[in-house]
Amino acid sequence: MGKTVRETIKEIVRVHLVEEKSMCFGQCLTAVGWVGGTLPELYEEDGMIEVATSDVANGGFVVGAGLKGIRPIYVVRYQGFQWYNAPIIVNYACKSKEIWDVPCPIFIRSIAMEGAIGPVAGSSHHSLFQRMPGSKIISPMTPNEYKYAYNEFMKDNDVYYISEHRKSYDNSEELHNVINKNSDFTLFPISITRFDAEKARLILEKEGYKINIIHQLWIKPFLFKDEWKEALNRSKYGGMVLDDDYEEGVASSIAHTMMIAANKKVHTMGLDHRTAGFHPDTDNLPPTPEAIVEKVKLIINEKL
Amino acid sequence: MKDLRLEIFKKASLCRNFELELFNKVQEKIIKFPVYLSAGQEFIASTIAVKMNEIGVRPDIFIQHRGHSTYLAFGGDIFQLIDEMLGRKSGCSFGMGGSASIQSKEKNIYGHDGLMGNQVPIGVGACFASKLPTIVFVGDSAAEEDYSLSAIGWASTKKLPILFIVEDNNLSILTEKKVRRNWEMHDVANGMKVKSFNIPDDPMLIHKHLENSFDEPLLLNINTIRKFWHAGAGTDGENFDRYEDEMKFFGDEGKQIDEYNKNLVLEAWVKQLGKQ
Repeated sequence: MGKTVRETIKEIVRVHLVEEKSMCFGQCLTAVGWVGGTLPELYEEDGMIEVATSDVANGGFVVGAGLKGIRPIYVVRYQGFQWYNAPIIVNYACKSKEIWDVPCPIFIRSIAMEGAIGPVAGSSHHSLFQRMPGSKIISPMTPNEYKYAYNEFMKDNDVYYISEHRKSYDNSEELHNVINKNSDFTLFPISITRFDAEKARLILEKEGYKINIIHQLWIKPFLFKDEWKEALNRSKYGGMVLDDDYEEGVASSIAHTMMIAANKKVHTMGLDHRTAGFHPDTDNLPPTPEAIVEKVKLIINEKL
Repeated sequence: MKDLRLEIFKKASLCRNFELELFNKVQEKIIKFPVYLSAGQEFIASTIAVKMNEIGVRPDIFIQHRGHSTYLAFGGDIFQLIDEMLGRKSGCSFGMGGSASIQSKEKNIYGHDGLMGNQVPIGVGACFASKLPTIVFVGDSAAEEDYSLSAIGWASTKKLPILFIVEDNNLSILTEKKVRRNWEMHDVANGMKVKSFNIPDDPMLIHKHLENSFDEPLLLNINTIRKFWHAGAGTDGENFDRYEDEMKFFGDEGKQIDEYNKNLVLEAWVKQLGKQ
């Protein structure tokens, strides 16, 4: 078995600090689980920088480090905390190259998780960065995808928002697109929904439906490849974008781009438009395989 | 000591005359966007710039939105600043920055994006990464931002070679400090174990407080009097004017310096306006 996503990230961070002599900023990095086992056991003298519990200012510290050209990594333990960490990053780092011709490359490790963590911390929030200019957004869920994301960042001088998900950390397998010559429906899953979309596809196939799955790694810039457009156009009942963020954000935006380019309807499925509670009965989770299956069948039966 | 004071006055004179001419250009509607004039506050940046030359330090500078005097005092190019006011690609921020977001790569001056006070955490982060002498300019209002305060605290924790200059004109647009808060920046900074002083914008006093500037974090809350409105061409009324006071101190020599800079600024405007 190959390396897991967790081991891959840990090695990338080690190389970034030890060999590239950069810095990795974040809160509570060197404590408890070393952020889910994705950080090497390094300390401030090695570039592993514990910041204070001052989320907005911390984003500013990382921007300052980015301006000095060290390509810092910034670990944000819960993507929901981006609402406090993002202001200085999206308003300064993302715009600095355009206004002043001063690039400010930062590799933001923005970590999603959900399940009983309440109204603020849970789920993915990449839509927050998508609507502002100057950032790139990738959501890697496999070891090779993570390496690709890091290598792209190192060749570039933009702010990279890496939309991670803790549930991908144990994964050591690559995810592959399935494109049939003629299909009933095409799924375009993002982030952690890629795993459950795969399960949903298998259930639907057992029931006799032909389902494409086209995994979405790049969120921004979003490029609708010709091959994907053709697959969508050949899907009898159109397609659906799946996301771990609220449906009104990235999912709707990407679906809109697809519909403008293709001749099919593209539906969306993400978090419900409501606040998550801590209790399991009140949580707001990404679509399950069963929920995806149900919605696809409703669409195919022309009830949606 | 008089030589030092004169050297500072020369810089302040360039800054003052630039702002006066810019004020005219706004009134003449040659400039059609909000400008943030630093007239009245020019002795702060001028004194610090002279001190940096004296100790041979070329600091990283994180400027605030009211920053024309900082830019000029530290040697920023006047022609590029004029072009910026005219929205030209040849401007110091390529015509994107207007009055509030000016920069000078040559002089290590980083632009401000308009998010009040964010230059404090950005400057702290840059200083942490580089460990180089760094100066952050912030107004008394922007200094109140939560992230400004926590950034000063982190600079203290990390013992950075950084100088925080609070240009305290007592006003947030037109809201006085006493309406906004019952505390002073130097007290807060002292509480965070940052050596801090509350002083007037007397150049000799500022100069004196810059001794050993980058040995540890230092904050100077410098009380000053803004001459013009928050934005645009209007005045805050008749107040004490440090510039007039200093010019009087230097007598005819002061008037000659003022006249020289007035002409220098005028000629620069004529030259730039004459370009297509």
